[in-house]
Amino acid sequence: MLHFEDFPAGRRFEFKPVEVKAEEVIAFASEFDPQPMHLSEDGGKASILGGLAASGWHTSAMMMRMLCDSYIREAASEGSPGVDSMEWKKAVLAGDTLSGNCTVVEARVSRSRPEIGIVRLRAVVNNQRGETVAICDYANMIRCQPAGETA
Amino acid sequence: MKLSDLHPEGTRETIGTVIFTAEDIIHFAEKFDPQPFHLDAELARQSLFGGLCASGWHTCAGWMKCFVPYWLGEIKRLAKEGVVAPKLGPSPGFRDMRWLRPVFAGDTITYFVTFVAAKDLESRPGWRINTIFCEGENQDGQPVIRFESKVIEFP
Repeated sequence: MLHFEDFPAGRRFEFKPVEVKAEEVIAFASEFDPQPMHLSEDGGKASILGGLAASGWHTSAMMMRMLCDSYIREAASEGSPGVDSMEWKKAVLAGDTLSGNCTVVEARVSRSRPEIGIVRLRAVVNNQRGETVAICDYANMIRCQPAGETA
Repeated sequence: MKLSDLHPEGTRETIGTVIFTAEDIIHFAEKFDPQPFHLDAELARQSLFGGLCASGWHTCAGWMKCFVPYWLGEIKRLAKEGVVAPKLGPSPGFRDMRWLRPVFAGDTITYFVTFVAAKDLESRPGWRINTIFCEGENQDGQPVIRFESKVIEFP
């Protein structure tokens, strides 16, 4: 189990590549963001995105899954207070393969709850051409190593 | 008509409501955010949250789920008045998102949008980038989420 002490500034976690499937783009959009460019290839081609494109919220959710699989599920994570910024830099199209990484920017112990650390990270999501499609600066609350235990 | 003509700065519009059932919370989390407090009521009780609660990304997606039909309704409403609604394009992102309180299973979240400002895009005549403030609150009127978003508007 990873604790706060395992997140020094500069530590990086790599994302496993994930394919963006057309049916998943459409399923997410049907439920949360039913705009034409997220619902069909034709709708996407008619938009400035150039093809069936994932909702930015879907890209965010896929990034969250990559974060979970890269470190959160192994960590004593207690959720997040928020996201300082999310940039959707390029269209994520059906058939793209996303990968990337997240890097610890800053880590400090919570002033109000000394058993919790607040870790600030930057996640970068890239496509198969090496283009960055999303950049996210966010915070993660992670429990400190319990006293008396060694890492 | 421009978005800034339609909604003067600071006007808060209610855009809709989403009920977060335990089933929906777990379904979203299994796919996108498989952490114990989003998946299992018992494990959630042992977490800082204290109960099964929605992924923050699920709470965000709820805002969009309300905004799309709200905006389609606005387009129709304006058309009846003979007004062409502004065309809104993809968003380049958002900032200062705060998950202020957990959204627990059974909560009903009402979402809002407030028009904040507009700026002309120098590179594309007629295009503007709008700043909007987005919020959600629970059935007790407590804020659960807020963020500032950008929306492109084009002729």
